[in-house]
Amino acid sequence: MSAGPAANTHHPPPGAASADFRPDPAESGTSTPAANAQSANAGATGAVIHFAGSWRLERPLPSLDTLRATLQRHGALQQLRFDTSRLADWDSGLAAYVAALQRLCEQQGIHCELDGLPAGLRALLALTGGGQRRNAEEGIAGEHVEESRSTFVRRFGLDIIDLFRSTGEIMAFFGEGVIALRRFLHGRARFRRSELWLIIQESGADALPIVGLVSFLVGMILGYIGDQQLAQFGVRIYVADLVGLGTVIQMGALITAIVMAGRTGAAFAAQIGTMQVNEEIDALRTLGISPMEFLVLPRMLALILMTPLLAIYADLLGILGGAFVGTTIGGLTLTAYLIQTQSAIAWNHIAQGLISATVYGAIVAASGCLRGMQCGRSAAAVGQATTSAVVTAIVFITIAAAVLTILFDAVGLS
Amino acid sequence: MTAPGDMPADGAPDRDPARDGAQVQIGLRDVELRYGDTLVQRGLSFDIHRGDVFVVMGGSGCGKSTVMRCITGLLEPRAGRVLMQAVSLWELPPGRRTRLMRRNGVMYQSGALWSSMTLAENVALPLEQYTALDAAQIRDIAEYKLALVGLADYGAYYPAEISGGMRKRAGVARAMALDPDTLFFDEPSAGLDPISARRLDELILELRDSLGTTMVVISHDLDSIFAIGDDSVFLDGISKTMLATGNPRRLRDHSDIEQVRAFLNRGRERT
Ligand SMILES: Nc1ncnc2c1ncn2[C@@H]1O[C@H](COP(=O)(O)OP(=O)(O)O)[C@@H](O)[C@H]1O
Ligand SMILES: [Mg+2]
Repeated sequence: MSAGPAANTHHPPPGAASADFRPDPAESGTSTPAANAQSANAGATGAVIHFAGSWRLERPLPSLDTLRATLQRHGALQQLRFDTSRLADWDSGLAAYVAALQRLCEQQGIHCELDGLPAGLRALLALTGGGQRRNAEEGIAGEHVEESRSTFVRRFGLDIIDLFRSTGEIMAFFGEGVIALRRFLHGRARFRRSELWLIIQESGADALPIVGLVSFLVGMILGYIGDQQLAQFGVRIYVADLVGLGTVIQMGALITAIVMAGRTGAAFAAQIGTMQVNEEIDALRTLGISPMEFLVLPRMLALILMTPLLAIYADLLGILGGAFVGTTIGGLTLTAYLIQTQSAIAWNHIAQGLISATVYGAIVAASGCLRGMQCGRSAAAVGQATTSAVVTAIVFITIAAAVLTILFDAVGLS
Repeated sequence: MTAPGDMPADGAPDRDPARDGAQVQIGLRDVELRYGDTLVQRGLSFDIHRGDVFVVMGGSGCGKSTVMRCITGLLEPRAGRVLMQAVSLWELPPGRRTRLMRRNGVMYQSGALWSSMTLAENVALPLEQYTALDAAQIRDIAEYKLALVGLADYGAYYPAEISGGMRKRAGVARAMALDPDTLFFDEPSAGLDPISARRLDELILELRDSLGTTMVVISHDLDSIFAIGDDSVFLDGISKTMLATGNPRRLRDHSDIEQVRAFLNRGRERT
């Protein structure tokens, strides 16, 4: 920011910034100064704003509100001049103040005479175009004003419209997904097998440590709580049933699904979203390659294959966690614990867990890919897509868990 | 030079009569483009002749890329027709439309190379999908196309490992993979240093001269427009329609539409 007029150097050390409002002596002609103060209220049509002190951003600056109130009190005001003889130095603090004042005056039909301002400041004000700027850009500026004025009802309405629109998008996504799946089953889907293997490795093998750790710990927690309760009845051995069934029927699949949502679903959304931003998806489409087949299908297949396998692994680690507690705190032998587990778990329990895991895997992959495909064309949109993929996945996993439990009961699998 | 309203239906009135025999490769007839309810452009009617370098020009955000998305089959026009060799693209069933779309190659603004694949794999993918060639043949063709754009030794590089100019060249190589009839370039010089930009322009001309491919170049780089453009259309972002068609140098000197002359003279009025 260029400093104001160089002539200011001879002024005394700059004081606090101020803007004093005085009736215009030139306007009031013959009146004495004392009479002026009176006549300000009584129909004077001109006034002078005296800027004094140092108007720099790092200092506290006067608020425009006081001046606004003063202007309103002098209703008949028609012209405003500026006096800067006592202004020490200034930067955009003053420029913004005067620009805002200009707009205010325009609204109230007061003419601003800028001659009294430093030449540099006048040039800056000319750049911003004073009050006219808004009109020049009506299109864009207008819309944003609308936005900020949105009321609760309006926002609610917009949300509902959004919901319908996104429901449409989700339906279209699933429709295209089904078509892609059919082409795959007929062996006509276009995607790279090497990509499928890479995704399988990244989403499956690379997830082993975290899925294992979480399952083991959850198995321990289940075991510990179970042991405390069952010890009261002297049937500590049943902790093996509790941990085994809980893990195999639900917890193993659920833990795997949630880890996958955070790890793989988010990654899918970020990968596909970035491709959307880089026009890579457009490049596929212009070649007639369906992104649904090329990107979404291998990801769906990878998770549908890998989630049940990971769930089995999670089951084993969960049971081991329970066994760890059972043998240390519960005083059971490892053999007794494992035999008890084996007798508790039947094939239908394992089937429930595996079916759940497959469904969860499909949900995670679909959420990640859907949010990636819906991604806008900016870097910020990729971040939102990632978050949204995880949230969507977890919501639908929870719903699916409830629905599946009822279904299993209905078909007699539980 | 004429307002879109009084343009003859058969094409650009401003063309050199000697070249009027050239066949129409792509034609737009009163096309209207929108995103949702937002109007981007309307009343677009112009012809792109075979073997021309056709420039789509206009200020940023006026809808140049959107027009390209419509011609290349990514965005359905709200009204009007897009003719490719006299076939109406958007009235075809999807399967036949994609087959027609593959006659176009597109270099996107950012290159849009598939980031998980090497340059050679990028060029090879269209060939793998749509030709009966074996792997060795595909590799040779991919290498040849990369050599055409001056990237002979870069087949094994990933897009993230090369410069912006090289990425655009690789984008050209991929766009040429299937020997398209028409090549589209979305702002080829954007984000490049002047020398790389000029070399890309030269590449466009060389490819046109040697392969006879029709080139559609989206640009607001005046040097490049005058250097390579045979024919052009000027899109206006405020009135949301085309203001002029014709040879860009001729439009610069003789257009009677003020915005067009101002744009082509960098805002300076030369009289
Ligand atoms: N996917 C989209 N959804 C909504 N509006 C878009 C989209 N893409 C572009 N637009 C808008 O359409 C207008 C034209 O964009 P574009 O064709 O990219 O302009 P140009 O390529 O001429 O700079 C711009 O106002 C832009 O904001
Ligand atoms: Mg563009």
